[in-house]
Amino acid sequence: MLASQIGFFSLVLGLGLSFLLSFIAIINFNDNKKSFDNNILSLSFFQLFFVIISFLGLVVSFINSDFSNETVFNNSHTTKPLFYKISGTWGNHEGSLLLWLLVLTLFIFLFLIKSKEQPKKYRILTLLFQQVIIIGFFLFLLKTSNPFNYLFPFPREGLGLNPILQDPILAIHPPILYLGYVGSSIIFSAALSAVTQNYITKDWAQHIKKWILISWIFLTLGIMLGSIWAYYELGWGGFWFWDPVENVSLMPWLTLTALLHCILVLEKKVALTSWIVILAITTFTLSMCGTFLVRSGILNSVHTFANDPERGIFILIFLFILIFLSLGIFFLFHKEKNQNQIFWLSKETSILVNNWFMMYFLSVILIGTTYPIFLDVISAEKISVGPPFYHKLISPFLAPFLLGMVFGPKLRWLKSKIENKISLIILFVISIFLTIIILKNLTTDLLFYTILISAAFFLFFSTTKELFFQKLNNISQTIAHFGFSLLILSILFNSILSSEIITNIKVGEKYNYNKIEIFFEKIEEKKESNFNSIIGYFKITSEDGKFVQLRPELRIYNQPKIITSEADIKTTLLEDKFLAMNIVKGNEYFNIRYQVKPFMLWIWISVILLSIGGIMSLLKKRI
Amino acid sequence: MKIKLKLFILFIFLSFCFIIFYKGLSNSNIYAPKVNDKRNLPNFEAKNFSSNININSKKIFEEDSFYILNIWASWCIPCRKEHPLLMKLSKNKKIKLIGLNYKDNLNNARKFINKFGDPYSQILIDDDGTLAIEFGAYGVPETFLINKNKMIIKKFVGPINQKIVDEIKLIIK
Repeated sequence: MLASQIGFFSLVLGLGLSFLLSFIAIINFNDNKKSFDNNILSLSFFQLFFVIISFLGLVVSFINSDFSNETVFNNSHTTKPLFYKISGTWGNHEGSLLLWLLVLTLFIFLFLIKSKEQPKKYRILTLLFQQVIIIGFFLFLLKTSNPFNYLFPFPREGLGLNPILQDPILAIHPPILYLGYVGSSIIFSAALSAVTQNYITKDWAQHIKKWILISWIFLTLGIMLGSIWAYYELGWGGFWFWDPVENVSLMPWLTLTALLHCILVLEKKVALTSWIVILAITTFTLSMCGTFLVRSGILNSVHTFANDPERGIFILIFLFILIFLSLGIFFLFHKEKNQNQIFWLSKETSILVNNWFMMYFLSVILIGTTYPIFLDVISAEKISVGPPFYHKLISPFLAPFLLGMVFGPKLRWLKSKIENKISLIILFVISIFLTIIILKNLTTDLLFYTILISAAFFLFFSTTKELFFQKLNNISQTIAHFGFSLLILSILFNSILSSEIITNIKVGEKYNYNKIEIFFEKIEEKKESNFNSIIGYFKITSEDGKFVQLRPELRIYNQPKIITSEADIKTTLLEDKFLAMNIVKGNEYFNIRYQVKPFMLWIWISVILLSIGGIMSLLKKRI
Repeated sequence: MKIKLKLFILFIFLSFCFIIFYKGLSNSNIYAPKVNDKRNLPNFEAKNFSSNININSKKIFEEDSFYILNIWASWCIPCRKEHPLLMKLSKNKKIKLIGLNYKDNLNNARKFINKFGDPYSQILIDDDGTLAIEFGAYGVPETFLINKNKMIIKKFVGPINQKIVDEIKLIIK
């Protein structure tokens, strides 16, 4: 009760502070003093403070199971373990928007602290643009999705948190993802502000690069966590389904990656300035667009919490206001300045090529995600775009992309030629031979795979060679690219070598297939506070006579009454053994799905390597 | 001049996107299916396909016989596949077929029925998909078997096949 009240009034105060901040900032912007008004800094701190209080108010309401709060009533239950009561705070629409707001205010406060050497007007304008976004979200929250709605008479019991969200990884996935996803707002505001101040310079590039890296690292890790969750919780045995919600997190990642590479060019010389601003605008716009797509209910997805058209319309209008505002500012203020021309064989060109590929991947995903909506509205025809579309359009272009990643970093700025040609050729030949030998043994020697895997191996070897034998002048980049080659290799071999057995089986039965024996030993029932579980004991003997014991689980949650299937996964360095079971209604059989998935662990490791590359670049001291 | 033209085109394009998204919002398609076997028939009102009059569900399922509720749409390709089987089933006297026309364009639906035949004793309209939610449907096509006590006793997700038809025949015997 009290916590909710405090939370609500803190929100209102936070909104009030937004207006006050903007007012003082405008005065400070127009006065002739050189100094930055420090009141702005303290007000920004108070704004952050009130949003934190409001957030804690919601957390406390969840911990106390205060069902007079509508959000708590809808998403919690007294039997939930404390951990999930807390994570339930952001496991719903209202709470997660409060988290948005928290990240927005946190980033502008940190930005103000960290940008003391920057020009005064630039800092103030960044603050103002960020406040536009913050005010938008305050209004959105208070008007359409108030987390502190009061219920009276208050119910005795809540409706419970969706069981598939009751998972340790999913508890940390939203905060991490948001730091990247929403964190891109600061890049957006800073880029717009820099455009108006004609400040797209080398200095600006050095300063904004840190923020891009921070967003990028968190976004990368956030996407990975979501993917790990989907892998073992959804029980389909895949890690990426091209679901709209996955796509909307990947799209800003692509533009952010492109932006990260362009900023490296701008650090060295004033070039690609318009492109950089456009990428900065696009990244945040895509984040907003993603929020619109999954929250408005226009697309079906696991992140659609409630279908409320009013919310959709609000975000949609706000999104387009931001788009028109940013494009207006860009066209009014931006002056393209390119110092010198670009030679075709240089690092700049290779980064431009990287960008073309990124934009291609982006458009494929963007079209795949939004095309069904367009078609539905225009012709009332319903289609769904599935994985084959993305695979067919993306994978052929990965090969040249990977080759570009081999040569690009070896080039110098301005003008250069490729060195160490012989060692590159040797590595290339080795990659092709290795691929052919491996694929010959696998009976899938399609030319398509040969090309793609050779390219991935080529990048793999050339980055490995750099890691071990060369001066480590750009180790962060090498590690990130090494991680990427490992990622592509793991994904490819994973998809080629995965095998699956789906069958119905009852207790005590044995099932043989291709010298693999699945023995269903027994089932056991267990009671937990918020669910009952049925655990299946399986013994699986593989071709070589070795056996593993797997215990997949079915959980019958009490509130809301939903059955979830928890896969049991035995992870080893080289492969995962994955077993999920499901009830076949009305008889004693269980439907089981047994999969052997090679190199799963390496997919996660390589994404972590990618982020480590980012972190090292962030920590690197400027020489 | 050139920049103005570019801006104009961009503006038109973005406005177009806005309109599409705005329209897309109004025909939202969210539903949370409940997987429940053997439950009571939901109580609802629906428009009749031919007369366009609202009818209560009690009226629709008033006869003392087995019913099949089949969710279909003219845009749904698998529905075409199962349609001949439904036609066959409709010849069985012990069972009555009710069609639920799901999120469809009425003209297209009529064309569909004229072309492939009408197995249903009655067709109901579910233009926004809410009735399908009442039944806990995942999508189209989906078929529910309702017994004489007006309980949903079976649910078949996806197009029905000969095996399912045999199963239904066995139950209603």
